[in-house]
Order: sequence, then structure tokens, then C-alpha cells
Amino acid sequence: MTAVDLRVAQRPNAPMTTYRYDEYDAAFVSERVAEFREQVNRRLSGALTEEEFRPFRLMNGLYLQLHAYMLRVAIPYGTLTARQMRRLADIADRWDKGYGHFTTRQNLQYNWPKLVDTPDILESLADVEMHAIQTSGNCIRNVTADHFAGVAPDEIEDPRPTAEFLRQWSSLHSEFSFLPRKFKIAVTGAAHDRAAILVHDIGLRVVKNDTGEIGYQVVVGGGLGRSPFIGKVVGDFVPREDLLAFLEAILRVYNRFGRRDNKYKARVKILVHEKGIDEIRAAVEAEFAAMDRSAFDHDPEEFARIAAFFAPPPYESLPATSALLRAAKLETPAFANFVDVNVGAHKIPGYAIVTVSLKPIGGVPGDATSEQMRVLAEASERFGFGELRVSHEQNIILPHVKQDDLFALWSMLDAAGLATANAGLVSDIISCPGLDYCSLATARSIPIAQAISKRFSDMSRQRRIGKLGVKISGCINACGHHHVGAIGILGLEKKGQESYQITLGGDPTFSASIGEILGPGVTAEQVPDVVEHLVDYYLAEREEGEAFIDTWRRIGHARFKDVLRREGEDGADI
Amino acid sequence: MALISDGRFIEDAWRRLADEEALPKTGKFIVSLPRLEHAVEVLGPTATFGVIIPNTTEPSALIAALPRLDLISIAFPAFADGRGFSLARLLRRAAFKGELRASGRLVADQYPHAIGCGFDTIEIPDDLAERQDEGQWRAALNAYSMSYQRGYAGRGSILEARRKAVRS
Ligand code: HEM
Ligand code: SF4
Repeated sequence: MTAVDLRVAQRPNAPMTTYRYDEYDAAFVSERVAEFREQVNRRLSGALTEEEFRPFRLMNGLYLQLHAYMLRVAIPYGTLTARQMRRLADIADRWDKGYGHFTTRQNLQYNWPKLVDTPDILESLADVEMHAIQTSGNCIRNVTADHFAGVAPDEIEDPRPTAEFLRQWSSLHSEFSFLPRKFKIAVTGAAHDRAAILVHDIGLRVVKNDTGEIGYQVVVGGGLGRSPFIGKVVGDFVPREDLLAFLEAILRVYNRFGRRDNKYKARVKILVHEKGIDEIRAAVEAEFAAMDRSAFDHDPEEFARIAAFFAPPPYESLPATSALLRAAKLETPAFANFVDVNVGAHKIPGYAIVTVSLKPIGGVPGDATSEQMRVLAEASERFGFGELRVSHEQNIILPHVKQDDLFALWSMLDAAGLATANAGLVSDIISCPGLDYCSLATARSIPIAQAISKRFSDMSRQRRIGKLGVKISGCINACGHHHVGAIGILGLEKKGQESYQITLGGDPTFSASIGEILGPGVTAEQVPDVVEHLVDYYLAEREEGEAFIDTWRRIGHARFKDVLRREGEDGADI
Repeated sequence: MALISDGRFIEDAWRRLADEEALPKTGKFIVSLPRLEHAVEVLGPTATFGVIIPNTTEPSALIAALPRLDLISIAFPAFADGRGFSLARLLRRAAFKGELRASGRLVADQYPHAIGCGFDTIEIPDDLAERQDEGQWRAALNAYSMSYQRGYAGRGSILEARRKAVRS
């Protein structure tokens, strides 16, 4: 599609790197808001009971939490414009307490909205082409994608057009809005998996076959929660024109045969586990063969229309390395550390991908104040074509920054308390809200994250330790992804006391693995000690170039267990 | 029981037979699934009858009877149990042309989903109909002008509309 395509809304000063609503999208979202406004009225008038209202408010992202409602706003495939980020800040100020929480599934949560305000919040979101549709509930959830989409050097294809295609297809689906349980889809188009596709209900990986044709490897049945599973391949190469039909076949099999007798066994991962992937594959293939595929009669024009929105911004042609950057690094060591840790390679020479950590030492992982959101919006406009991304590690990405601009950007971030140089390091912790907000929690998780982060506050020590994923959940539901943390921490309750179970060896990428339990649970106070002992042991044992998980894989779980047992006998009481 | 059709509460022309009741000679009536085979056998070609089925029914179990059936009512054991939506799709795919009815505690907000999957009518208990009056069902029917899917009934498809816009 070219700029003369009238279906593509042209707006002055708007970045062109992400999807824009056309009249149909805009009408759909505003009808959704109007419908929800009525649903709230009908709930208040008693026409809808709470039980009846529940799935509809959930499908609009509204949870009832420990202290208040919580509204979960979708950031489809993690892409945001500066304008949208500013609107998120405005909403936080006007209807919440001046901050928001970025989650592990490319959503933003407000923790304190009032029920009666939510239709207005949704309207305010719709105004900037955002919504809270299907961020919760037993339906197809917000589709997530690699946060480095479109800029990563290791990419076959930008996964976002696929994700947007699926966002539309799954919106208010007539057949699949009352599934046995929630259904999460993630897409990656790169050689390295940054979207954790193997722990999603469906993971899609863009692949090329021998003839150079693009298709998808389709993985089904991954998931965390109380019984974690790594997804299994159900379709090795699904051509693009068959994707929607193939997904619909999977969803139909799941909708009909997924368990509904026990909500803890209702995810598709349990169906796959109980029936076996071969039986599921056969059922999906039979359904696919029986379908009227003319309804999907693939529309290359529609895919191209969507893909055109994700065109690269007008990059300048620059030398691969920047002399300015080199000089600034020499002059300012703190900046050099930031660049070494938070800045990644970009596919275009002279550009870089910047991760802005929302994990200040001792802070709440993923929280951002409205002021910080505005700084990020401003930074993206000055230095990054007005585009931002949200990662599942709960950080913000500026995907297209000129290397020459890095120092100016860093200075701006630093002044706003947003220059913590810990992306991927031990204090870049994923944590769920836990007992501080969540009604299902069995233990605190944010304070544990804060304690670990403070224990490792020496940044040079963190850099020496290197890449290390610490992930914390406040109950078995695993929102904090502890199963796939190299060090996973799960908060439980034992006889009225918080007790933390530690697992090692989890990995959310293509080499996915579920962490193994280290030993008996420990108290909240002991968690930082245990993490520290584990890290010290790793430092003593590691070989050149090994990350924590590599050392653990090489020398084995038992050796790490031994360390702790010995520490315990030495009187450390672990 | 109240019956909703085209956004209005209407009189039900059908009668649900209790299992101990003999098959009538005339009138529109609905039998349970276990009685279906017998009904197909003994009733003449002019009899007008339907069947009520659980949402776990395999469509293949009905294939032989489909041409004889004028109505299939799918039971929704709970409103949030969406199996009936897929079953309706499958029965339409099997070329069932008669009335497809959703029976259970469906709420008005599910009306567009039901229509999309091929249902014609919704049968709900009276207490629910009292809280969720005709106006709410009609509003639900008109809540959305179009849908993002193709091949589902009811509203126009956004994909089709976009395609027309390019080609015209
Ligand atoms: C505070 C309110 C929250 C509630 C009540 C809640 C509830 C749940 C429940 C019940 C599950 C388990 C579902 C299952 O396995 O079938 C779950 C899983 C999950 N939640 Fe949450 N959650 C909350 C907050 C969050 C937050 C803040 C995040 C992101 C930081 C999050 C992300 C996830 C993810 C990624 C899973 C993964 C497990 C999976 O899909 O397999 N949740 N949540
Ligand atoms: S893991 Fe448990 S405590 Fe944490 S947010 Fe999820 S449900 Fe709540």
C-alpha cells in the first residue's frame, strides 16, 4: 500500500510505524465502549447479576481485586506511540493514583479505578486507538509479540502484522468468547525467542520453508500456572493463507473438548497433556480438513494492508559505529555502563535498541509514574520516531535510537530516574503484584523483589554476575513466570507463614525448560541470602562466557542443592 | 420460559415433550435425544418435530436424522459454557436448515454470539426474562454494526467491506 491509499488515515506528526485504526476499527471499539457503559448501568440497576456481569467486565479488562477494581489495558504486540503513552499518563492522573503497572503480557494495569469511571476511561483509550478488550476472561487474550519486532538483526519477518491480523480476528469472536479458560497467543519472527512462545496456549514462530515461502510453526499447550508445560508442535509449517483456518480448528477442538469440570484443568495445556499431542494433532487436522476454508479464503491484500503500517521509519544512512558514542562512553563511565547493559544491536547501521528499565534498585518492578510515562513519550519523539515498546520483562523499549543520540537520551532518562543500567541482570526482576494487590496471593512478591534488588545494589557486582533472570510469583498461578526464571521464586503459605519455594534452571526461550525445586521453602527474610549464595556459587564455578543457566545446566542441579544444604549446616539456617 | 426471536419476545409454537408422554399425532413438539431414533422411525414424513440435545453431542450422531428435523435445541448448562456455540456451527456446517435454538440461562449480551454461530432463537427461564427485558435483547442485537470474522452469520464482515473498498 502506498501513501495514497485512502483507507490508511494520514495524520500530521503521527509516527507511521504501527497500525492505525480505519473507520471500521474505530467504530468497533467505540461500540464496545458503548456496550460496556450499558453493561455497567445494567449491573448497577440489577438487570445483570454479578455472576452474569463478570465475564463481560473481564472481557473488558476489569478485575475485582483485593482493595479495588483493576483495569488491564491492552498494548497489542507491545507497540505504543508517544501519543498513546501520554494518554496512559493522563488516565493515571485523572482516574488513578498517578501511576500504572506494566505487566508480563504487554498490558498496562491501573490498580485503583472506580467501576463507574471505567466507561470513561475506555472512551479516553478509544480516542487514541486503544482498548482493554480481551485482556482478561476466558477468551482469546491480547496477542503478544517479540518486543524487538522489526528492528532485531535476527529476524525473518516482523511478527506484528500477524499479531494485528490475529487481534482483529479474535476480537469478539462469536464462537470463541466462552472458552473453558483463557487463551494466550504469542508470535515471534526471530531466531531468538523473546516472546516466550513455548509457554503460551499457542505460540507462533514465523519460518521459511525450502522454497523460501513464509509460514508458521504452530506450538500448542504451553503454559505456566499450577501445572507448567512447554508447548508442543502441532503444525510444522502452516502456510500463511491457512493460518486463521488452522487456528480456528485448534480453538474449536479446545472449545468442545477442553475440560470444564475443574478450572485448574481447563487450559489447553491439560487437554494436550491428557490426550497427547498426536491425538490433538489428528483432531485439529480432521477439523481443518472438514472446514469450509473459503470463509478464510486468504486475503493477501488485507495482510499487505496491515503490514504496510509497520513499515520502517525513515532511517538515515549512517556509519555502523558512532564516534560520538565512543567518546561519550570514555568520558562518562555511568553512561558506558548503561550502553553496555541496556543497549542492543539494531538491524540498521548506526542505530540501536534501548531498553529503559522499570526496575530501579528497590523499586516496584514494572511500575511507572505518569511523569515517567511522559518523559518516555517525549524521549521517543526526540530520539526514536515516536515509537515505544513494552517488553514481557516489564520494561520499555525505544526501538530506533541513533547511536549519536544515545548520550542525550541517557541524560534525559537519568534526570527522570529511568537510567537504571540493569536490563537482563539480577535486579531486572519480573514480579507479580502478590499480596500487596492480588486477592489470590498466598505471599508477598513485590517486597521480595525489592529486597533482592537492594541486596545486589552494587551495579558493578551485577555486571560481573551477568545475565540472570529472577522471577517471582505470589502464588501458584505463576503470573510472575517463576517456572521459567533461571532463579524462580514462588510465594506460598505454610501454616499461616509465608514460605518461598525456589526453583533453578527455568528458561522461557526456544531452549525452554521448567525450573527444578531447590529444596524446602524458606522465609521471606532468607530469600535474598539464598539468592546470594546461589549466585556466589555460580561465580565460583562458571567457565568463560557462561551465564548462570549454562553453569547450572553443565554442573547439574544436585551441586547447587548441595551448596544450600552445606550453608544450612554451617548455621546459616537456610 | 420465554422465547426470543429477531430481538422480540414471541409465543413459543413448540412444545417440549416429557419423556413419558406419548408422541402426538399433530403439532410441533420437541423430543429428548434418547427418543430421537424411535421418533424418526415411527413418525410419518409430514410430522413436525425437533430434538433437544446436550452441548456435548457429537454432530455425527444426528446426521441421519437431520433431514427429518425441523428444530434442534442445544442446551446451555451454564451461560458461560460456550460448547453450544461450536456445536451450532457444526450443525450448520452439516447443512441443517431448520430452527436452531439455544436453551438455557443465556444473557442478552450473548445474543450476537448466538446469532453469529447460527442460532435463530433463544429460550430462557422466566426469572431471567424478567430482569433482562426485550429492550436489552434488542439492544444487544444492535450493539455492533459489523464483525471481524468471516463466515459467521448476522452482522456484515469488516474484512469483506475492506475488500470491497479496494476493489471498487
Ligand atoms: C492482580 C490480579 C491478578 C490476578 C487475579 C491474576 C490471576 C491469574 C490466574 C488465576 C492465573 C492462572 C491461570 C491459569 O493458569 O489457568 C494467572 C496467570 C498469569 N497471569 Fe495473572 N493475575 C493477576 C495479575 C497479573 C499480572 C500483574 C501479570 C503480569 C505482570 C499477570 C500475568 C499472568 C501471566 C503471564 C500468567 C501466566 C500463566 C499462564 O498463562 O500460563 N497476571 N493470573
Ligand atoms: S501469581 Fe498469584 S499472587 Fe501473583 S498476581 Fe498472579 S494470582 Fe496474584
